[in-house]
Amino acid sequence: MNFLLSDDQLVLVDTVRDLLRDKCDPLQVHRIFDLPGDAQFDADLWASLAEMGVPAIYVPEEHGGLGLKLIDLAIVSELLGSFVAPVPFLGHALAIVALTLAGSDEQKAKWLPLLASGEKLATVALGEGKSDWLPDQWTLSAEGGAIVGEKVLVPNAAEADLIVVGVREGFALVEKGASYTTKRIDGADRTRPSDTVTFAGAAAELLPASADATTRLVDAAAVLLAADAFGGAEHCVTMSVDYAKMREQYGQSIAHFQGLRYQLVAMALATEPSRGIYWYAAHAWDDIRDKASYAASQAKAHLTDVFLQVTRDTVEAHGGIGFTWEHDTHLYMKRAMFDWAWLGAPSRHRLRAADYAGW
Amino acid sequence: MELGFGAEYDAFREEVRTFIKGHWPPADGNLKSAENERAFVIAAIERGYLHRAIPKRFGGSEQEPDIARAEIIREELTRAHAPAGRIPGNGLVVPTLLEWGTEEQKERFIGPTLRGEIIWAQGFSEPNAGSDLASLRTKAELVGGKWIINGQKIWTTYGHKATHMFCLVRTEPDAPKHAGISYLLVDIRQPGVTVRPLTQMTRQKEFSEVFFDNAETPADMLVGERGKGWNVTRSTLKHERSGIATMTWSLSMFRDLVKLAREVERNGRPAIQDPRIREELAAIDGQLQSLVYSTYRATSHDIHDREVGWFSTMPKLYMTELAGRISKLARDIIENDFADMGGERLKWIERFMISLSMSIAGGTSNIQRNIIAERSLGLPRDPKASPGEKGAAA
Repeated sequence: MNFLLSDDQLVLVDTVRDLLRDKCDPLQVHRIFDLPGDAQFDADLWASLAEMGVPAIYVPEEHGGLGLKLIDLAIVSELLGSFVAPVPFLGHALAIVALTLAGSDEQKAKWLPLLASGEKLATVALGEGKSDWLPDQWTLSAEGGAIVGEKVLVPNAAEADLIVVGVREGFALVEKGASYTTKRIDGADRTRPSDTVTFAGAAAELLPASADATTRLVDAAAVLLAADAFGGAEHCVTMSVDYAKMREQYGQSIAHFQGLRYQLVAMALATEPSRGIYWYAAHAWDDIRDKASYAASQAKAHLTDVFLQVTRDTVEAHGGIGFTWEHDTHLYMKRAMFDWAWLGAPSRHRLRAADYAGW
Repeated sequence: MELGFGAEYDAFREEVRTFIKGHWPPADGNLKSAENERAFVIAAIERGYLHRAIPKRFGGSEQEPDIARAEIIREELTRAHAPAGRIPGNGLVVPTLLEWGTEEQKERFIGPTLRGEIIWAQGFSEPNAGSDLASLRTKAELVGGKWIINGQKIWTTYGHKATHMFCLVRTEPDAPKHAGISYLLVDIRQPGVTVRPLTQMTRQKEFSEVFFDNAETPADMLVGERGKGWNVTRSTLKHERSGIATMTWSLSMFRDLVKLAREVERNGRPAIQDPRIREELAAIDGQLQSLVYSTYRATSHDIHDREVGWFSTMPKLYMTELAGRISKLARDIIENDFADMGGERLKWIERFMISLSMSIAGGTSNIQRNIIAERSLGLPRDPKASPGEKGAAA
C-alpha cells in the first residue's frame, strides 16, 4: 500500500509553495482583489507559475509538457486554494485536459505547446442557465461550424485566446476574435474572474474524440475544485488556530476557552480527514476509471460544502476583525462560494454520485 | 499511488487463505466450540499469523513488524469468520505485561492469555472516576504478603466471563493523586469479588460492576513499581497498529444502511429513490469515503515511516459522529418501526443507541476533542485536566 505522494510530487509541492509564499502573500492577494473595475488575475504570478511549469503539468511530453497526471494538477490546485491565488489556473488546466483527451493531432500540436508555456491562455465554457453544468444538459451546438448561445461563469473568458466550449456534440474550440462577446460578472470571488459569454455564430472546430471526453472533463473539474476547497479550508483552520493562540481576552489567550477550542476542533475534524477523498478522486480519475465519476462528484460535493462552512466558522473564530474587508477571511469565503457553485451545487453532485454508485 | 498492497503480497495472501481453508471451519463443523477455537488459534500462532509482536518464549509467533501482512491476515480471518484470538481485555494486558511485567508474570500469564485460557477484564473506571480516572478510590493494602482489595469498579467489559482482572488501585493513600496508584493482577474467581452485570439501555449485558470486599491477590501480582501504576497504563508498545479495522466496521454499517434503504418502501417506492434520503445517503458516504481514504493514507504513512499529521488523533471522534449520522438516517427510513423494539428493525434501534456508547467508551468524545485540540492543533494544555487520561470501558 502506497497511498501517499511520491518524492517527485513532494518536490513539486515544495517548489510551488515556495513560489506562492514569495509572490502570493496575503497583501498581494488583497491588492489584486481590490483593483478597481473588473476583476483581474495576477499576470506576474501567472507568468512565474508558467515559468515553473505549472501549466505544462498535464500536457503530454511530445507537446512540450511534463506528461504528468491529474493528481499532480490536483495537488497544485490545493496549494492555489490555500493561498487564494488570483491566477487563471482552473480554466486553463481544464482546457488542456480537454484538448489532450479529445483533440486531433493537429489541434494538439497547434495549441498544447503554447498553452504549456503559458504563452497563450485558454479556458472552458461549460455552465448554462442557472444550474446546468453536465454534458447532457448542454444545449449549445457547433453544428455547421458555428456556435450560437450563452455560457455562464466562464473563467477568464475575456482574456482567453482559446475557449473550449461544451456543446451537444462534445467539445468545440473557439478562438479569440471569433463572433462572441464577454461580459465580466461582478463576481464575489475576485481571485477568479469569470464572464458570461454570448456566442453569435462564433466559428467553432470540434474536437474529434470529444463525445467520451465530456464526462471525463467534468470529473476532472470536480477534482480540481475539491482540491482547491481542501487547500482553502485547511488554511482557514490553521489561520483560526493561530489567531486563537495570539488573541488575548480576560488576561489570557482565547485558545484557553473550551467553547472556542471545540469549535476549532470541529473545523479541523471536518477538514483534515477530507484530504483522503480528494486524493482518492484524483487517483480514481487517473487509474480506476469505473470509480472516477462517482468519486469526483463525492469529492466536489463533500469538500465544497466543508470549505464554505469552515469559512463561516473562521469568521466566528475571529470575531469582529474577521468580518472586515481588510482581513483574509472574506477572500476565502468568496473562494469557497465559487467552488461551491461552479460545476453545480453539492446536492446535485450527491445525486450524481448516487446514480454512479448504482443505488 | 497504489491502494492495494502490491503484487509482492499476493503470494502471502494466498498462503494465508490456504492455511485458513485447512483449519476453519473445524473438521467436526462445530463453530461454537471453545476447544475448536483454541486449536485454531494455536495453529495460527505456530504459523506466524497471530500474536506476531510477541516473543516465542511467551507463546507468541515473534514476526518482523509488517502492517501489510498483519492487515492481510486480519482481512482473510474476517472473510472466513475464523477466530482471531481477540478478547478485548487480553489485547490490553499483554503489551503491558511485556513491557512492565516480571519474568514470572510473563511466563505465567502471557501464553495462556494468547491461547484464550485466561480471560481478562479491565478494572479502571469507577463510579466516581470516569474521564478523571486518576481520582480512583479502590484501595489495596499489603498485609502479610497479600494485597487486600476493597472498592468498586464499573464498565467492566465481559466482567461476567472474565477469569482475571488487571486493575488500577490506590496503594499509597498519602501520595499525590497520580502517584498513589498501582497496577495489580487479580484472580476474580474468589469469594471477595462480586460481579454484577449491568443492563444497558439496549437491554444487552456487555458490562459489569465488580465489587471488591477484602479480595486478595499475592504481593507479586503487582505490575511495575508501587505507586507507578499510572505510568504502566500510559505506556504503549510499538506494534502493528492500523486504523483499518475501525474503518471496515463503518463501511459494513453503511452497506447495511444502503440495503435498508433499498428494502423499505416510502411513498410507494424504495426509500433509496426518495431524493431526500438519497442525498443524505450520499452525504454520509462522502464523510465515510473521507475516513476510508484518509485511513489508507495514514496506514501508508505508517508503513513508510512518514508523519501522518493532524489526522492521527481524529478517527475515533470522526467515526462516532458518522455512526450517529448513519443511525439517524436509518431512523428516518424505518419510521414507525423505530418505536417497536419487538419488531423487525430492532437491530437499527440498537444501533441508534449503541452509536452513543461510542461517544463514551474508551475516552469520551469531549476527551477526544481535548486530545485533538492539544496534540493536533497545538492549543495550550489545560493544567487541571490531562486529556491523555482515558476513562470508561475498554
